[in-house]
Amino acid sequence: MNSIIGKINKIIHFSVVDGPGSRLVIFLQGCNYNCINCHNPHTINHCNSCQECVVTCPPSALQTIDEQQPPKYSTDICIGCDTCISLCPINSDPRISEISVTEMLTEISKYASFIEGITVSGGEATLQFKFVKSLFEAIKQDTHLSHLSCFIDTNGSLQVDKWRQLIDVTDGVMVDLKAWDQQVHLKLTGKSNHKVKETIKYLAKHNKLYEVRLLEIPTVTDYLLRIDEMASWLHQHASGVKIRINGFRHHGVTGKALALPQATKQDTNSLKLSLQQHQFEDICISGAFI
Amino acid sequence: MSAATQQAKDNNLICDMYEGHAPFKPRYVLPDYQLFLQQGSKYLELEPAQDFDDALNNLMILYHFVPSVTNIPVFIGHLDQLLMPYVGELSEEQIYSKLKRFWIMLDRVLPDAFMHANIGPSDNIVCRTILKIDAELAQIAPNLSLLFDTEKTPESLLLQACENIATTSKPHIVNHNMHKQKYAEKGYGVVSCYNVLPVAGGCNTLVRVNLKGVAEQANSITDFMQVQLPLYCQAAYELIEARCQFLHKDSNFFDHFLVQEGILDEKRFAPMFGIYGMAECINTLLSKEQLQGHYGEDQNANALALEITQLVAKIVDQTEVPYGYHGRALLHSQGGLNSDVDVTPGIRIEYGTEPDPITHLMSLAPQHQYFTSGVSEILTLEPTVRGNPQAIQQLCKGAFNHGIGIFTANVATNDLVRITGYMVRMSDINKLSEQGSRTNTTALADGAIKSTHVSQRQPRVVSHEFNHWQNK
Ligand code: SF4
Ligand code: SF4
Repeated sequence: MNSIIGKINKIIHFSVVDGPGSRLVIFLQGCNYNCINCHNPHTINHCNSCQECVVTCPPSALQTIDEQQPPKYSTDICIGCDTCISLCPINSDPRISEISVTEMLTEISKYASFIEGITVSGGEATLQFKFVKSLFEAIKQDTHLSHLSCFIDTNGSLQVDKWRQLIDVTDGVMVDLKAWDQQVHLKLTGKSNHKVKETIKYLAKHNKLYEVRLLEIPTVTDYLLRIDEMASWLHQHASGVKIRINGFRHHGVTGKALALPQATKQDTNSLKLSLQQHQFEDICISGAFI
Repeated sequence: MSAATQQAKDNNLICDMYEGHAPFKPRYVLPDYQLFLQQGSKYLELEPAQDFDDALNNLMILYHFVPSVTNIPVFIGHLDQLLMPYVGELSEEQIYSKLKRFWIMLDRVLPDAFMHANIGPSDNIVCRTILKIDAELAQIAPNLSLLFDTEKTPESLLLQACENIATTSKPHIVNHNMHKQKYAEKGYGVVSCYNVLPVAGGCNTLVRVNLKGVAEQANSITDFMQVQLPLYCQAAYELIEARCQFLHKDSNFFDHFLVQEGILDEKRFAPMFGIYGMAECINTLLSKEQLQGHYGEDQNANALALEITQLVAKIVDQTEVPYGYHGRALLHSQGGLNSDVDVTPGIRIEYGTEPDPITHLMSLAPQHQYFTSGVSEILTLEPTVRGNPQAIQQLCKGAFNHGIGIFTANVATNDLVRITGYMVRMSDINKLSEQGSRTNTTALADGAIKSTHVSQRQPRVVSHEFNHWQNK
């Protein structure tokens, strides 16, 4: 019995865009970035138990049991209207489940024959380092699950000595490089990208870098402006890396992110072209954004 | 026919697919094409095939003589197994160009998406080339099934088929391990939409029971299981009997040259016993008992469906028919007609309420083994899957692991879209209203799409297999 707990926002049983093949994806609550363009802002913060969402829930799927605890959430009553998350004052979500590693293994077992592996995503998955590490270890030790590959979708902010502890049980990592320049990255996410670059270097060196993801926001991100520098750095530290281009879209974003310009097909295509001219071979543009 | 049976028919609780009670030909015919190629045909004045060109030519000739309600055959053979003995010294390019012409000819001369070709389970040049050509041409015809056998089919062949699905939503992938014991040494063919029937025989008649309608007659689950369902099954058997008697005794069909030359065998024909409307049946019964639960989503609903399927399977297993396969009819999850309103085909989950693809497959898999003559789910996958065909491959293997009989997927926004079990091109549907169409099934699908609002949702299944104007 492994009782290490993960705070889980949701689980998707069948995803085709979170690593190779068919994958079960676990979205962990909590993020250390504050991206102005965030598509899932309700995954950023942990609930502070203010109870404000309780009265707003139309079918009363939320209940106050203890003022000091997050509201009690009933899945079977919830109608998925998202009122709670749109009104939460701190970008949190009352529908979080606390699931132990053992319980998670049971859940994964049900779907094991349909999937190539699992991916932890978020929020920022690596903030729940202990949970991720012991979940991956448990999968590798389980005779029925050890064939599943374990992937992480990350913003790259985890320190290298922490990656070192994960590297043996992790099969692949998708890293977001949200901007090339320190200042641009800081403006966009609230954090510098120094650790992201260290992460990319470290994972590439250990053959665990599955893909680097670029999110193109016209006039905001600086990939095209700094392409020469970025390209030679990537060739030097992560040669042969697969690059996935996402184009920023308004679908699913709220508030001030709506003021940012959307990427057109032309924007993502010209980034792809430029990367090709800089000798990158493995480039894809995410289908959802075409 | 008894008054009760007539009434059940009038109330649309059982139905004979509007073929009338005096059919002159069987509903689905599966010639033994292998025997035909080997022996030629006296009636058609054809010598045994000597080479690849002969084989293609002879097949094309025979297709025009296969009896069918649409006058286009619903089964055109296990093409790779049929053609491999004639490949001889041909190069890959030669095979490619010959098969490509053949494929275009099939679509233009026999333009009907119920015309079904089978390939696999073994890997060979004809099988690979057909997959390649089918993806290139993206035609509605022929319908295509790849038989997958865990022992014989290499992963790379399955992956190639999944790459095809990603762009054209074809082929179906058939769980050969599950079906290969069926119908003795001549085996089975997948025909029309997804019907699994004996080669050298077929289906003499198809009668179906409307589970939704029967559930509405019942006042409780017990009443449904113990009284109403057995009652209407008996009525369906009465219809089957009347129609089979006529076909086998009075119609002269079995004097056909295909029978005389051994390409069809009267003993390998059997009635299909279809059921449909399971989704509404379950929801109706649960609400009559004031129980919670929705088919496809809830354990108790899925368990009740399994019980119903098992009950019908038992009835079919225990009821002897004079013109059956070993004296029995064959259970089928029936795809529907375009006159069906608000009824979900077969045992499928109601449109628009489907869970994620894995949950979808798992909730229905336990029922699949009971449908000897075919059952299918159509999954709608997001277009993003196009960049990741391995995901389709894994989904398919997981499905077979759980006992799914046939795996079929539509990729949303592909131009080629599957309706029940057959294909249409969305671009043709859009042209149809102005210009008409050269294919049979496009007009059929247009009706289906208009009557079921399918085009307002994700491209998906529509609920019928044949409509009756075609059967006149
Ligand atoms: S989810 Fe937000 S609104 Fe609801 S209790 Fe937690 S912090 Fe408050
Ligand atoms: S989404 Fe939130 S507000 Fe809406 S029903 Fe569910 S818990 Fe209540």
